[in-house]
Amino acid sequence: MRVEQISIFLENKAGRLAEVTRVLSGAGVNIRALSLADTSDFGILRLIVNDNDKAKTVLKEHGFTVGKTDVVAVEVEDRPGGLSSILNILSKQNINVEYMYAFVQHSGKNAVIIFRFDDIDTAVKLLQENNVKVLEGKTVYTL
Amino acid sequence: MAREQYSLEEVSDMIYDEEFETLPREALEAIQLKRLRDLAERVYAIVPFYKKAFDEQGVKPDDIKSLEDLPKLPFTMKQDLRDNYPFGMFATPMENVVRIHASSGTTGKPTVVGYTRRDIRTWSELMARTLAAAGAHKGDIVHNAYGYGLFTGGLGFHYGAERLGASVIPVSGGNTKRQILLMRDFGATVITCTPSYALRLADVAAEEGVDFKALKFRVGVLGAEPWTENIRNEIESRLGLDAVDIYGLSEVMGPGVAVECVEAKHGLHIFEDHFIAEIINPETGEPLPYGEPGELVFTTLTKEAFPLIRYRTRDLSVLHREPCRCGRNLVRMGRITGRSDDMLIIRGVNVFPSQIESVLMARKEVAPHYLLIVDRKERMDTLEVNVEINEEIFSDAVKDLQNIEGDIEKDIKDLLGVSCRVRLVEPKTIQRSEGKAQRVIDKRKT
Repeated sequence: MRVEQISIFLENKAGRLAEVTRVLSGAGVNIRALSLADTSDFGILRLIVNDNDKAKTVLKEHGFTVGKTDVVAVEVEDRPGGLSSILNILSKQNINVEYMYAFVQHSGKNAVIIFRFDDIDTAVKLLQENNVKVLEGKTVYTL
Repeated sequence: MAREQYSLEEVSDMIYDEEFETLPREALEAIQLKRLRDLAERVYAIVPFYKKAFDEQGVKPDDIKSLEDLPKLPFTMKQDLRDNYPFGMFATPMENVVRIHASSGTTGKPTVVGYTRRDIRTWSELMARTLAAAGAHKGDIVHNAYGYGLFTGGLGFHYGAERLGASVIPVSGGNTKRQILLMRDFGATVITCTPSYALRLADVAAEEGVDFKALKFRVGVLGAEPWTENIRNEIESRLGLDAVDIYGLSEVMGPGVAVECVEAKHGLHIFEDHFIAEIINPETGEPLPYGEPGELVFTTLTKEAFPLIRYRTRDLSVLHREPCRCGRNLVRMGRITGRSDDMLIIRGVNVFPSQIESVLMARKEVAPHYLLIVDRKERMDTLEVNVEINEEIFSDAVKDLQNIEGDIEKDIKDLLGVSCRVRLVEPKTIQRSEGKAQRVIDKRKT
């Protein structure tokens, strides 16, 4: 129930993000979801793509520093309170969210939320016990 | 405010030791020669390093027949001081050493210098001359914001001001708001600090609603870092005082080696009855004539505990002999225009890029590629250390990377005493070079 996410170190300079997307598009890699965390001097671009290995290879070839992290993807109904109910479950059990980001599926009915947890196994178990729909990696890569 | 003209009476007041500071050239050189011959004999007999250096050069103390023979003597390098750490260069038994100071070193080992009771007296005299040349006198209140401790600035000024008969406030560095309060309440008339700290004080005074120009300051004696004529103009107009430049280094004595006179503010008078200055070509070591820029070299003529023969300062300057309208007959040195090595002076602290490198190399997680960017923001020197990231340390969590930056910042501060900002940058973005890598960008050249 883990989803592989790749992350890329970016200096805060014009054109670096464009360079990442150019490299990925050249390799035919499709970006499923992304989030950019930034500070005053660097940014971390987190991506879920349809082909992790290819993405990592081409990015490294172009001199980027690339990392890999396991995250959890959760499907939630796209309505008020959808996210809130999940966060409530997690906070009651003192599960800490390192970061999260969300995207809405093509149908527009459901949203997918990507979570990074410290203790990923406990978090997945807890979510499943509470009937939250946790997505498989292969599902997310091809959404 | 800077004044144009001084009366003759005022001028004579400003020369603390009229006998020596206005000696005719021939008389001065006679004193120098006698002292140089005594020095050469003494260090040859007492300091093993100099015995060996003289012998290797094939020169004996007796070979010094005139001042023109000085270039026959060997140079002393900073490395020689390190090799003889801590007390190997001392020319007197430790029981005669009453004070020890030290400057920072490239490998974490400082350069140690010692003073006998007479050395301290000489230093105090020369600092009294320095302060007098700047226009200070008995009755002045000196706000001494140079750092006290191993650094020679604080205590050097302190003893000199006392010798002059002024009242010293030993405030040292830091705690700027409190300094403003003390300056206002104590009515200090002379300020001694680095030029960048003088401007910092002006900024903080403005923030605190204190009009610096309404304070009683008349004179600023500023040094320990290179500064420009533009900065002088700014300091003089914002602080409402005459600002003069001083020069010194702990190896040679500390502050008090040379000072500008307040009348001319044009070149720093070197106290030649105690130091012989030379300018050499830093590449060949060959002495250069007056007026030609090169590396400053000093020979200490009177120091007992820590004498130096032809010490290479690495500071680039130029010497002039034209008479000065202040009446002193001493050779003047120009402002320091740079270094013949890669040392940086950041907020008065000597920093070698190799020191930063040693900090980075001690942290196995970062690549040894770095770039130092030195700048001046809000009047204070800033140091930014760019370090290339690598895959081992890369994390997708912002706080992990910020922790790495913070840890390196702390290591650098612990070793060098200089705070800096560490920035992680992308791999291979710092320029590689076949020969000498460019490790430093200094943007302060204004």
